Amino acid sequence: MEKDTQGTLWEVFVQANPGIPHKHVGSLHASDEEMALQNARDVYTRRKEGISIWVVEAKNIKASSPEDIGSFFEPANDKVYRHPTFYKVPDGVKHL
Amino acid sequence: MGQRLSEWCGHGPVLEEDIALTNIALDLVGQATAILNYAGKVEGKGHTEDDLAFLRPEREFRNVLLAEQPNGDYAFTIARQFLFDVYQYYYYQSLQKSKDETLSALSEKSLKEVTYHLRHTSQWMLRLGDGTPESHERVQRAINELWMFTGDLFDMDEVDALLLKEGVSIDLKEVKGKWENHVAELLEKATLQLPVQTFMQAGSRAGKHTEHLGFLLAEMQYLQRTYPDVKW
Repeated sequence: MEKDTQGTLWEVFVQANPGIPHKHVGSLHASDEEMALQNARDVYTRRKEGISIWVVEAKNIKASSPEDIGSFFEPANDKVYRHPTFYKVPDGVKHL
Repeated sequence: MGQRLSEWCGHGPVLEEDIALTNIALDLVGQATAILNYAGKVEGKGHTEDDLAFLRPEREFRNVLLAEQPNGDYAFTIARQFLFDVYQYYYYQSLQKSKDETLSALSEKSLKEVTYHLRHTSQWMLRLGDGTPESHERVQRAINELWMFTGDLFDMDEVDALLLKEGVSIDLKEVKGKWENHVAELLEKATLQLPVQTFMQAGSRAGKHTEHLGFLLAEMQYLQRTYPDVKW
């Protein structure tokens, strides 16, 4: 594994509008969290992408691996009873 | 200043800083555009902001001497930008109260941009000053070399005095006090020495500049002067 000499790697999440989830937009290198936040503002919010930024050190993100797809996710494919598809929404109800 | 910073484009120490500096450059060019556009209107001779930026010779430019200093190494650029950002911050804060609506609106918008610039360069000053021996030495040298251009930031001539009386412009003496306190405080936190020299370069109000402005303008104005009225 080659050593990354550019500094710490951070993952950047941007929230487009209040109330909706932060979305992953990319990553960058920075020496510490304050510079990571400022660099994220400069690199990822040039075109009004959002109003809030989260930066997380890449090493703090635990991700599932492709080998896990079989055991983690496929068992849910045939469990149709978990979906709320059998409830018929009454007429006139707008925002359920 | 925007022109100087744009020289870093593609040459920044790391990708993120390259973009940070060029973002600041864009903000400053935007501010210059708005200011020169208004100046052209007030002048009443039909000059646009492009005419004023690209067709005036050195002696007609009134920019502060600090802004035309070369980029040097990264510490030099950051130190120069920091001193300028503190200045702009208190300048626009005061100018917001101008009786002139255009200037007041322009200040309010620019203040938001400058608040971010100041945060960015302040953080860099702390990291460079309180960093490695090499970074500390470089930024201290930068501050020492730039110090003699800081007096010029606050010089006022009769036009400035008149504008102040009319409530259009601001009292630079007040700005100077705030600037001195702010800079002293941050330099101390960054473990840097405040220079004690008293000699100050001057002359920007009268259009007298350092040797650097000529070269800077030659590059900036080349295209307009070689192909007058060219359109993209």
